[in-house]
Amino acid sequence: MPVYIGKRLLVAIPTLLIISIFVFSLQKLLPGDPILAMAGEERDPAVIEFLRDKYRLNDPVVVQYFYWLGGVLTGDFGISLRTNQPVLELILQKLPVTIQLAVMAMFFAMLIGIPIGILAAVRKNTFIDYLANVLALTGLSIPNFWLGIMLILLISVQLGWLPASGYESIFVDPVRSLQTMVMPAFVLGNALAATLMRHTRSAMIGVLSADYIRTARAKGLSPREIILSHGFRNALLPVVTLSALLFGELLAGAVLTEQIFTIPGFGKLIVDAVFNRDYAVVQGVVLCTAVGFILMNLFADILYVLLNPRLRAAL
Amino acid sequence: MMMRLTRLTTALLAGALFAFPALAVDLRIGLQDDADVLDPAQSRTFVGRIVYTALCDKLVDVSPDLKIVPQLATEWKWSADGKELTMKIRQGVKFHDDTPLDAAAVVATIERNMTLPESRRKSELTSVAKVEATGPLEVKFTLKAPDVTLLAQLSDRAGMIVSPVAAKALGANFGSKPVCAGPFKFVERVQQDRIVLEKFKDYWDKDKIFVDKVTYLPIPDTTVRLANLQSGDLDFIERLAPTDVAAVKGNSGLKYDATVNIGYMALYANIGNGTRADNPFGKDKRLRQAFSLAIDRNAMNQIVYEGTAVGGNQPFPPNSPWFNKALPVPARDVAKAKALIKAAGFDRVPVELQIPNNPVAQQMMQILQAMVAEAGFDVSLKSTEFATLLDEQTRGNYQLSRSDWSGRVDPDGNIHQFITCKGGINDTKYCNAEVDKLLNEARASTDDAVRKQKYDAASVILNEDMPIIYLGHQSWIWAYKKNVTGFVPSPDGMIRLQGVKKG
Repeated sequence: MPVYIGKRLLVAIPTLLIISIFVFSLQKLLPGDPILAMAGEERDPAVIEFLRDKYRLNDPVVVQYFYWLGGVLTGDFGISLRTNQPVLELILQKLPVTIQLAVMAMFFAMLIGIPIGILAAVRKNTFIDYLANVLALTGLSIPNFWLGIMLILLISVQLGWLPASGYESIFVDPVRSLQTMVMPAFVLGNALAATLMRHTRSAMIGVLSADYIRTARAKGLSPREIILSHGFRNALLPVVTLSALLFGELLAGAVLTEQIFTIPGFGKLIVDAVFNRDYAVVQGVVLCTAVGFILMNLFADILYVLLNPRLRAAL
Repeated sequence: MMMRLTRLTTALLAGALFAFPALAVDLRIGLQDDADVLDPAQSRTFVGRIVYTALCDKLVDVSPDLKIVPQLATEWKWSADGKELTMKIRQGVKFHDDTPLDAAAVVATIERNMTLPESRRKSELTSVAKVEATGPLEVKFTLKAPDVTLLAQLSDRAGMIVSPVAAKALGANFGSKPVCAGPFKFVERVQQDRIVLEKFKDYWDKDKIFVDKVTYLPIPDTTVRLANLQSGDLDFIERLAPTDVAAVKGNSGLKYDATVNIGYMALYANIGNGTRADNPFGKDKRLRQAFSLAIDRNAMNQIVYEGTAVGGNQPFPPNSPWFNKALPVPARDVAKAKALIKAAGFDRVPVELQIPNNPVAQQMMQILQAMVAEAGFDVSLKSTEFATLLDEQTRGNYQLSRSDWSGRVDPDGNIHQFITCKGGINDTKYCNAEVDKLLNEARASTDDAVRKQKYDAASVILNEDMPIIYLGHQSWIWAYKKNVTGFVPSPDGMIRLQGVKKG
């Protein structure tokens, strides 16, 4: 197993290089000038020239890239053009926020998606199945920003149960931290729940029609045992893969949800950075997100092996 | 059981009573954007200036009627030739790091603003040749040429005095822990989340400060900003959407204030910026005049801004003392516009209008598109995000571009750099020696009557040539809880906390 993990991590390096080159060149293709955006309303030419030099924007793109890469390899991700803060510091500030939101959103997605998926599979083609389908479709179709604003208006403004937006670190004030994150996590999780529910349902239907389930029934096991121990464990494989991938996506930040609930995570950081052409920040966040995604993929593969003993021989 | 409950209640009550006097007054303010770097020498955002009103005092301030009033400087005097400005500095003022604010600190700050490579204040202080301490609490600015606008510059970031000790220690990184002499000192900042300041106990004017802690929270979505106010998470918000004024009026727990701002909304025509200026609209002023006449400014502001904005045709709003009353905001006149187009030799004129991709600007420009179509302009709207729009506008890759100016206290700041041949942000590349002369003279005179005369004369020429088609002036709209009192709205859009109470 360690050899397998080591190999996978080695393969990740070229992937990350390619991603960083791709993002770097794409950014340079964007119209707009970061220095102009940050020079202020007055746009003093001397300042513009100085800043261009300071951030090496006069060098050829390839040279700029290698400066950036050299910095990253020595732990220097560059400096935000907009706020003068080191990019690494920004990332470390936002990463816990994004992870917390992703974990809580995943919790909601699984809490809603998996039980309804199982129920829909067990009661296939009944009223319950149809209702679950309608729910899933609704969850997928409601835009995040609309649901977010409706929840704020209902729960915060009308009922006054939860803060309307904002963020508090879980290490500073855990209760308030959870309070501020519940609504955004629910909004995000709700959309993912629909996908998860559909996949759980089809995986369960496949498994429940297998021969060994019939055998289990013939043995006289209770339906509960059949569905959860025999059926669901085997149906878990595709669900695990999907969950890991969805979680990886969440790590990239949830732009709209973060914007509405004013959560200072990756999504807001990268959108602001793109609008301000804050190249170093965009590069840093994308790299960090890519690492997260690769790790989640690896995690899914490892879980796969743990869940399915047959695969262990293949390692 | 009952006994125990009573005892518990008593204990709780006692606890509450003891705790109450110690409860700090915390004011939470919702801003539309996150501020950029918190160094007065380097910062450039509007919201940054709002934070500075609490954090950093300036040599002079601006009153709600836009007069220059004392702040760190108690009095000042211009020399007869207008080339020397002497200021007396307030006695006993301390920075947040307890070092004294004296003439030397003022000189150090102004020199920092003029020489720090990253400084964005250089263009604001170009007229200054030398600044020196002429006494422990007296400074003298010597100018290269008379520049009456200097006082207005010193009423903003260029005049915010920072602790020389901190500035020296932190250099260009001063914004990570700013040390000024304002009523509140810096506590912490989390990017895109909050900026926290607390009351500075040694503030020179501390009797006017009734808030212990102020937290600024950037919330870009206007609906969510208002929702936070309604739910009680915020006490105060800036830039309420005009469409939400009705909701605030209908809420008994909230109040709002509005005032026409000192900036403007306008269309910039490419007159001479590169090859894209070579088109009838850029070359023939009659077409631009016709375009302006085809717009119903009042209707547009009524529909888009719910009547909170005012129509305008000059760089100064109609309620400003600098507005030329001989040139009132024109009423819509389609017949006259058609006649002008015909006189220019056209039937229909195609125009490409570059606009920022926010919903309000888009809605406004779609209305304008329909209005001018009736006169004979086929406007195609090209929507781009702001960084691109700015870039295209600077490089001259546009025909007509929608742009706003946040406004400056001195009239010079709303016109000189846009219109003069060598103006730093003259993106239309309009150039007229006579206008240059008038605007330079207006800058040099300390007599307001003379200045007014020059601006009036310039506005007549600009109204004829029309490189910039002014559309109107928005209002600043603030909303806050009923228990917040003492706020004085100002046309510069700042939130001054002197006198503001909560409770």
